[in-house]
Amino acid sequence: MSDWDDVPGLREERVHVGETTLVVDAGDLIEAATYLRDDAGFNFLSDITAVDYLGWGDEGVSGYLGTAGGRDLNTPMTQGYQAVPAAKPKRFAMNYHLLSVSEDARRIRLQVWLDEGERVPSVIPVWPTADFHEREAFDLMGIAIAEHPNLKRILLDDDWDGHPLRKDYPLGGEPVRFSGEE
Amino acid sequence: MTATAPRSLTSRRPIYLGTRIPSPTPTVLTTTPEMLETGDVLTINFGPNHPSTHGVLRLIVDLYGEDVTGVEAVIGYLHTGFEKNMEHKTWWKCITYPERIDYVSFQNNEYVFVGAVEKLLELEVPPKATWMRTLLNELNRIHSHLVWLGTSALELGAISMFWYAFREREQILDLFELVTGYRMHTRYFQVGGLAEDIPRGFYPECRKFCDWMPRAVDDYETLLTRNKIWLERTEGLGLLSAEDAIALGQSGPVLRGSGVDWDLRKSDPYLAYGSVDFRVPVYQAGDVYARYRVHMDEMRESVRIVEQCLDRLEQMDGEPWIADDRKVVLPPRHELHTSMESLIHHFKIVTEGFRVPEGEVYYAIESPRGELGCYICSDGGPKPWRVKFRAPSFVALEATATLMKDALIADMIAIVGSLDTVMGEVDR
Repeated sequence: MSDWDDVPGLREERVHVGETTLVVDAGDLIEAATYLRDDAGFNFLSDITAVDYLGWGDEGVSGYLGTAGGRDLNTPMTQGYQAVPAAKPKRFAMNYHLLSVSEDARRIRLQVWLDEGERVPSVIPVWPTADFHEREAFDLMGIAIAEHPNLKRILLDDDWDGHPLRKDYPLGGEPVRFSGEE
Repeated sequence: MTATAPRSLTSRRPIYLGTRIPSPTPTVLTTTPEMLETGDVLTINFGPNHPSTHGVLRLIVDLYGEDVTGVEAVIGYLHTGFEKNMEHKTWWKCITYPERIDYVSFQNNEYVFVGAVEKLLELEVPPKATWMRTLLNELNRIHSHLVWLGTSALELGAISMFWYAFREREQILDLFELVTGYRMHTRYFQVGGLAEDIPRGFYPECRKFCDWMPRAVDDYETLLTRNKIWLERTEGLGLLSAEDAIALGQSGPVLRGSGVDWDLRKSDPYLAYGSVDFRVPVYQAGDVYARYRVHMDEMRESVRIVEQCLDRLEQMDGEPWIADDRKVVLPPRHELHTSMESLIHHFKIVTEGFRVPEGEVYYAIESPRGELGCYICSDGGPKPWRVKFRAPSFVALEATATLMKDALIADMIAIVGSLDTVMGEVDR
């Protein structure tokens, strides 16, 4: 029995270093979010973070995948793990960090798992502040947000190729002027 | 229908009835078709290179005469990919990045990242480091508010304010230099505590500053608080109700200027804020002037906190300033000559970096601009898997469309300035 049994569509509940994470399906997100806002008092959306778990737990991977030169175990600072981390259900995670602006100041993380191409509904109707956060998740991580009224790139140029925070997007991917590599 | 704030935290009288957040896009104010039909609507680009936009903010503004009928903020001109870069560095090398994200409140940014890593490591920090971090964060808050005050007043024509504010800012930077060796981007916080012990001579110098600063704030208030021109440029402008502020995720002085008694230092105390005495200034009007008053009062309160930190720190001579965890913290320098074990630890931490247990964490503090959050995700290796900053300035810009409703173009400077945005933090 927990405090969160009433959350619509709850799949999983975790507590780690004092933080509670509730996992729901993308289809149940709006219902769960509305419940958390109206009935559990989470009136404030602090942040939305998209995470790419491509290559999570692979040997020698800690950071990003795929540069021209590749990475190997003999390069300093790329040593493997002490233990292989637990596998993740899907490639992307959307984390909604909620806060209750009230006397008890509770926080909670609402998590939705997505595969490439799967869409997640926009939570703007629940928390208007989600607008910029969702545009950022779309711009930098390529998360498809359904029913967002103004979904376009926010930090990068409109004609930018790719989504830089994905793990298969290399660091230093764009050509450097006057470097002889153009 | 939007979120509501609990009765106990908000004002008695609403600033305006209903909501003013534009729909369907909450961050874009669009010109009505009837207005466009008049043929007199002029669309102009305000920025990105404009002296009064606090950096490279671009606003696309629709004007009907002097009235603003539409506004959209366009950002990203200062995007440098900090978060991507941090995934590529070891945890302790990453500490230099957050301070460059918000280059005006660098120590708060530095702390939020270090604090998040410590939370995931479940590392105990010695009290001396906690109190010193509190002290520096508060000095940094004064510094940040001074930069805001100087530049916003400058934009509204109060040029002398700029010189006064930067006079005191200089003293704070001198204090930072005394402690850390650098004036900005100090990188003084280490995972586990402080990088070095507090130097001799800091306490008396800091006391001198604390004695001086309240008088300096008096000076500023003499110049502005009851100044007729200042009042006309700020009062009743850029209205934001408590409900709209919470729905739009506003925090810090913007939220407190809208009458919501909310400060993470009080409501969810971190560092030593639970054991110091201070007041959270709240103003009910929800306009530019209220936000100005919040900033001024906060500077006074910060001086009080700094004084209390000094009282504690002065009795902590000789105490450790960093945790003694050899897997995370560099061993003391002198041990490297005598202890093989220490040399190995030093070598491992410097070349490979320390490992942070697998997991994810969201850590939030009250930066001078509001709720500054840091989400980190670790796969158990020596580098972060993902780092994300919840930048208060980024969120503050979402309120532009709501604040600019029925405003004049000349008031836009005052309104956008009152949000206290730092573009480095908006674009990251």
